[in-house]
Amino acid sequence: MTLRRAFAITVLTLVVLASVGAGFVPGFSYAEQHREFISSGPSAHFPLGTDDLGRDRLARLLSATRVSLLLAAAAGVAALILAVVAGGTAGYWGGWWDVLVTRAIDLLLSLPWLFLLLAARALLPLNVAPLTALVVTYALLAALGWAAPARVVRAGVRSFRESEFVLRARAEGATEFRILLRHVVPNLRPILLAQFWTSIPVFVLTEANLGFLGLSAGEPFPTWGSLLRELQNPLLVRPEAFATVGAIALSVLCFKLISPKGGLPV
Amino acid sequence: MKRLFLMLALAGTLAAQTGSVLRFCLRADPKTFDPQLVEDDNSEAVRYLTGGVLLRVNRVSQQLAPELATSWKVDRQGRRITFHLRRGVTFSDGTPFSAADVAFTMTRLMDPKTHSATADPFRSSNEPPQVSVISPDTVSITFAAAVSGLDRLFDQVAILSAHSARKLSAVLGPFQVTDYKPGVELVLGRNPNYWKVDAKGRRLPYADQLVLQIQQNRDLELARFRRGEVDLINALDPEVFEALAHDAPASVTDAGASLESEMMWFNQAPGAPIPAYKKSWFQSQAFRRAVSEAMNRADIARIAFRGHAQPAEGPISPANRFWFNTALKPHPFDVVSASRRLQSDGFQKRGNRLYDRQGHPVEFSIMTNAGNRTRERIAAMIQQDLTAVGIQVNVVTLDFPSLIERMTQTFQYEACLLGLTNLDLDPSTQMNVWVSSAANHQWNPNQKTPATPWEAEIDRLMQRQAAEVRPEDRKRLFDHVQQIVWEQEPFIYIVNKNSLMAFSPQLLNTAPAAVAPQSYWNVEYLQRRTQMAGGR
Repeated sequence: MTLRRAFAITVLTLVVLASVGAGFVPGFSYAEQHREFISSGPSAHFPLGTDDLGRDRLARLLSATRVSLLLAAAAGVAALILAVVAGGTAGYWGGWWDVLVTRAIDLLLSLPWLFLLLAARALLPLNVAPLTALVVTYALLAALGWAAPARVVRAGVRSFRESEFVLRARAEGATEFRILLRHVVPNLRPILLAQFWTSIPVFVLTEANLGFLGLSAGEPFPTWGSLLRELQNPLLVRPEAFATVGAIALSVLCFKLISPKGGLPV
Repeated sequence: MKRLFLMLALAGTLAAQTGSVLRFCLRADPKTFDPQLVEDDNSEAVRYLTGGVLLRVNRVSQQLAPELATSWKVDRQGRRITFHLRRGVTFSDGTPFSAADVAFTMTRLMDPKTHSATADPFRSSNEPPQVSVISPDTVSITFAAAVSGLDRLFDQVAILSAHSARKLSAVLGPFQVTDYKPGVELVLGRNPNYWKVDAKGRRLPYADQLVLQIQQNRDLELARFRRGEVDLINALDPEVFEALAHDAPASVTDAGASLESEMMWFNQAPGAPIPAYKKSWFQSQAFRRAVSEAMNRADIARIAFRGHAQPAEGPISPANRFWFNTALKPHPFDVVSASRRLQSDGFQKRGNRLYDRQGHPVEFSIMTNAGNRTRERIAAMIQQDLTAVGIQVNVVTLDFPSLIERMTQTFQYEACLLGLTNLDLDPSTQMNVWVSSAANHQWNPNQKTPATPWEAEIDRLMQRQAAEVRPEDRKRLFDHVQQIVWEQEPFIYIVNKNSLMAFSPQLLNTAPAAVAPQSYWNVEYLQRRTQMAGGR
């Protein structure tokens, strides 16, 4: 493990631990409005000050970090499972199924995500809890986000399909399903890991876009995107409000460093 | 030396010319330059700046003032209005103005083929009005049935020329369209034949040119204002107002309560796809009153609007001086009273949650439009306030088209938080809101027969006030409507927003008003300081 990766993993671990731990501190509420302390600066009671409704900015940032990171990771796993199922089977069996999956991948990659998400969000029932709405948002991200990794998985599987270890397994009488599951997929591990680490920042930034437009979780639930809205009016921004930008940038940087290929997705 | 003097003189002239240009922004391109087809704010701005009218509502005093008509008279039945016109007035192209132009304008306006929204308030019957040219400077218009607030409606009617070869381009207002670059700017030049003069006999308008920049992005508008490239901003958000007040206190003006209000309502439509037990909550006056009393309006005004709003009394803002019912007071913030009302209506609080008679936990969603920070703050504050009585609120922000679709087509919503802008002072223009059969009767639209006795009473009162002629009688009837709305709260009025605007310190003769166009209603008198120094 390189020093940079170790650093990134340490930082991310600390961030996740701090954000998860904050949820167990009594009285540390992201929702409570202290209406006599609106838009106040940092103090002993509110280390990052309060927002325009008098809510503790630090509590909100930690809560947003917790849900954004955990749900983005969960969405990354879900997208990867879909990618392995679709891309793996298409690459291995080929034929009409391969054509169908490839066309679906092309279609999904050509669609404007943001508008699809807006449309899907508008169709949701209104009376859902904010956290449920956020989980649904990430589920939609996973449902739309499997296409890019699926293409990579498909290419990887195709390269293994005629390899010696697959031919040997087939000669020994292994079923096609067993070959795919026990021999091909384990060899995709580096590809899958790279895709996982690169998909998380994509999901984080997409949610941030939605939240910035006011279309992520409802009040009072904080997400990174909804916290960024404090920066919408540059005339009134307090320096503490940039903490969210710092948290997003730091996390995305860490994911970039952790990723085996070390590159951000296009 | 002589050359230097000449250069200085030229420089002085250039400075004076530059100073005679006023600049401000329109949010989008005007959809039409035909003053009779105006339906959007931007076209309305052009109509206001270029159109000459017979009578004008003074935006500060809210009284009618003569313009192209020197006097007018409405008959006792409210069906006929007779105007005596100003003599010696010509259109911008030099065509003389006469009663024939008024007749032409009214005939075209009321022609169903014109499809004019401006004509709608005049349509008290299906019969077209009779327009009689009594003399070149006297004209009489007779309607088949009484038209409520008849004379004030002429504030919106820009007079067209019956004879000018330039058709709609010939105007009687202070400015005329001289150049238009779609998406960029609209340039209005001074009307050389404008009839009005100031107290010293100087020809108006003072400004030679208005440059209306098409600018949808409000941040860019603000940046331009701060750089001195824009002379005024007609409507400011409270937070932008505060920021400007911090940097340049002399540039911002809080003109007090505007005609705009923020309100919330529950979906009471019988066909709405929401559970029946929720409909029964929403149809309960006690429930609505309790929700209203549990809201801390003073906090909402102080925090969400940074103090630039007032708790709302009812459907009419105090800015509407004549029609506002002074007997009404804002509903008090009283959690105890709210809890008592809920208890009397069969609701019970167990722990921190409220339950109805059947044991359903009381929870509903409020939808509002995404991107409006102030409104989202209001929703979040209501959400916290209602937890005190055990009600759980889910706040949902939707893009505007989706919200409108739910509100008007599918009715898939429980409560909605939106703003209301009254463009007109007269309540007759609100018939489409208060009458139960109207599409904009938002809490339960398009009723075949009034769903409740109080809605039937509002219908009756609105029809009666529309048929009355004397303003005092109409006021008495509309006061009663306001009283019913205050008691029943189909719309829960939250706050009345203040009218916030910004003027360049270089701008003279500004007179902020609560009624649109708030900052430039006296555009003939606006001038830049440099222009005054240069002289005319």
